Amino acid sequence: MSKTNESLVEKGLLITAISSIILIALIILFIFWEGIPAMQSYGFFNFVFGMDWSPSDNQYGVFPMIIGSLAITGLSLLMAVPLGISCAIFLAEIAPNSMRQILRPTIQTLAGIPSVVYGFFGLIILVPFMRVQFGGTGFSMLTASIVLTVMILPIIVSVSEDAIRSVPYEYKEASLALGSTHWQTIKNVLFPAAIPGIITSVILGMGRAIGETLAIIMVAGNVVQIPGSIFDPVRALTSNIAIEMGYATGIHYNALFATGIVLMAMIIILLVIANYLHYKKKVTIGGGYL
Amino acid sequence: MDRIEVQDLNVYFDDLHVLKDVNLNIKNNMVTALIGPSGCGKSTFIRTLNRMNDLIDTFHKTGTVLLDEEDIYDPKVDVVDLRKRVGMVFQKPNPFPKSIFDNVAYGLQIHGITDKRMLKEKVEESLKAAALWDEVKNKLDKSAMGLSGGQQQRLCIARTIAVEPEVILMDEPCSALDPISTTKIEDLIHRLKRDYTIIIVTHNMQQATRVSKCTAFFLNGEIIESGSTDKIFIEPCDQRTEDYITGRFG
Amino acid sequence: MNRIISPKNAQKIMKTIFWASGILAILILLVIIGYIIIKGLPVMSLEFIFGEPIDSGRSGGIFPMIVSSIYVTLVAVLVATPLGVGAAIYLAEYAGENNLVRAIRFGTETLASIPSIIFGLFGLSFFVIFLGMGWSVLSGALTLAIMALPTILATAEVSIESVNKSYGEGSLALGATKWQTVYRVVLPAALPGITTGVILGMGRAVAEAAAILYTVGAALSIPISLFDPARPLPLHLYMLATEGISLENAYGTAAVLVILILLITIISNSLVDRYSKKMMGR
Repeated sequence: MSKTNESLVEKGLLITAISSIILIALIILFIFWEGIPAMQSYGFFNFVFGMDWSPSDNQYGVFPMIIGSLAITGLSLLMAVPLGISCAIFLAEIAPNSMRQILRPTIQTLAGIPSVVYGFFGLIILVPFMRVQFGGTGFSMLTASIVLTVMILPIIVSVSEDAIRSVPYEYKEASLALGSTHWQTIKNVLFPAAIPGIITSVILGMGRAIGETLAIIMVAGNVVQIPGSIFDPVRALTSNIAIEMGYATGIHYNALFATGIVLMAMIIILLVIANYLHYKKKVTIGGGYL
Repeated sequence: MDRIEVQDLNVYFDDLHVLKDVNLNIKNNMVTALIGPSGCGKSTFIRTLNRMNDLIDTFHKTGTVLLDEEDIYDPKVDVVDLRKRVGMVFQKPNPFPKSIFDNVAYGLQIHGITDKRMLKEKVEESLKAAALWDEVKNKLDKSAMGLSGGQQQRLCIARTIAVEPEVILMDEPCSALDPISTTKIEDLIHRLKRDYTIIIVTHNMQQATRVSKCTAFFLNGEIIESGSTDKIFIEPCDQRTEDYITGRFG
Repeated sequence: MNRIISPKNAQKIMKTIFWASGILAILILLVIIGYIIIKGLPVMSLEFIFGEPIDSGRSGGIFPMIVSSIYVTLVAVLVATPLGVGAAIYLAEYAGENNLVRAIRFGTETLASIPSIIFGLFGLSFFVIFLGMGWSVLSGALTLAIMALPTILATAEVSIESVNKSYGEGSLALGATKWQTVYRVVLPAALPGITTGVILGMGRAVAEAAAILYTVGAALSIPISLFDPARPLPLHLYMLATEGISLENAYGTAAVLVILILLITIISNSLVDRYSKKMMGR
């Protein structure tokens, strides 16, 4: 093969490589192109902090849905993080081999189940259960959070497990040799050393929770309001887009893209915070060397 | 007086027979050196003494290991208590990614000492005993990972003696260190032997003669010869011991 | 020692908690999968799988949805695989550490963290409207291709990078060019890993609904051309469930979907197993 062919191949590969940059740029361009008009005509501040969302009255305030997204996500993290880290420690440190061989594929399968199946399961099992237990319609922030907990569990477990596993074996050995129990070793040595990775796992879970759409629609009740209790129905930003895009026209259509801009902004802020926390933890643990 | 008595010890990892019919008595407040070519079972042997081998799933053994005439593999024995009594210093310095102070305080804290003043006293005491105090007293809150290899190893020794063990196992503690650091550790061992029973694995025969009173020579999982260091190095009984100490193999 | 709980009791308590959480995770999976399969299996007859839906899915089968799912997923993977693998080869074999490479990595990571509904919005405004593809298999598949791209790229890059460097050097030393080396030595060795990545990407595409909600249409007939609208399984399930059309058929559809995902998981797992055994055997 000649030299020119070689460089042609390299150029071709380069083009495939930069396709992801081009795609990101295109996505941002088109979402903003369609979304900005709504923010302009309704006012950026009114849009983001407005309390009313009522397209028929030309009211486009997404604040209750920002709170809705954050509330559902926060509540699900409250459940998923302890359970997920606990599962990760179990997998990495406690479980005998046979148990590990069951649990790993389980976590993997949980990660692969389509979100509509989770939503469907929530709709036919969890919603009636909540209705009987706590009254109301059963469609609520809590119901959505429980469904999300199961959905983000796999990512928290697998990333945390990797983090715990990658703590050097010497630390564990040193701690055990001093006469600490296995739990003391996990709590005082393995866990602190794995913190950066565990934070990453939580952030990834959070990102998935904020971005989840259809499963939430199916169980959250989708009422535009700031929830007063965990048993109130809520609407997330993602749900807002998916529910109304089917019939939106004109400024309403643009307002849904603008909702998408807010959603993306939240994800980006999350990523930035995550990177900062990750970095900071990395620096402060062990006085700056880990 | 014998602190540790090992009787007919056989150790296996799965089907691999690593230690064969090992018998050895370790005397109180004295340094015992274990020598032999790499892969001969020295490290496995000392890891049997604080049951660190229990961490390996495939480990199983026959025979008895007595510490103060008590079988350490008896089901009644708590392995955590045992490891508090039998401390260990590893081949590669392995301080925790914590501050120098926290490294030494760690063992004290897990054993229930929370009083700040008492912790401080004990940490200082241990660091002095490990001949590290003067080098680190002004940077106790700095990370242990910033110390040199030799300092890290002495920190690990300080960490070990802070929990006041009766026996200290050292698994080639100087093999990752430069000659000057090695000398410092050897001096330290000399001072520690007054208070502790020390078992040191080494493949450096000069080191064995410098620090130990008794020596056991391991080859292919067996103890070929054991006894006073002077005797083993000056007039060994076994041809294989002589071959090894004169450098004919290993 | 004035502690409320002794270290030994703490050890026992925590161990119990860890066991409980592990078992809970397994129970959750068993309950979800078990319930859906038990409820769905009676519905899954041959007529259900190979039949046409009747009365917008109230009764009848889901054959067009199965075809739609396969169609859309295959087109998505056909588009995403060359892009992903090409990019992976570039990143693993050609690229150094420069700003462009950092930008490419940042782009891929961002792509992986964008919510699927945003892809849906993009697909709607770009493929459906701007490029005039309409609600069609093509619009849906291209949207899914973008979503599957990061998965395929990341897995392929890891497997290409893990091919022993000495192979490549051996080939280069024989006077082969860089591309010949990559094509004849590195790629074949990395193929199982790349295949796994493609299957994982496929799993992501098969399961997705939000991204195709407003790009693929909702037709109940079998799509033939790339420009026909379609209704893949997850979308069908979503509509059956939320519009209260037929709970029974929703169970059947969910069961088919779950079995499909289980199959994909098993296949990719056995591939990974065989691959890692082969690597260990060397």
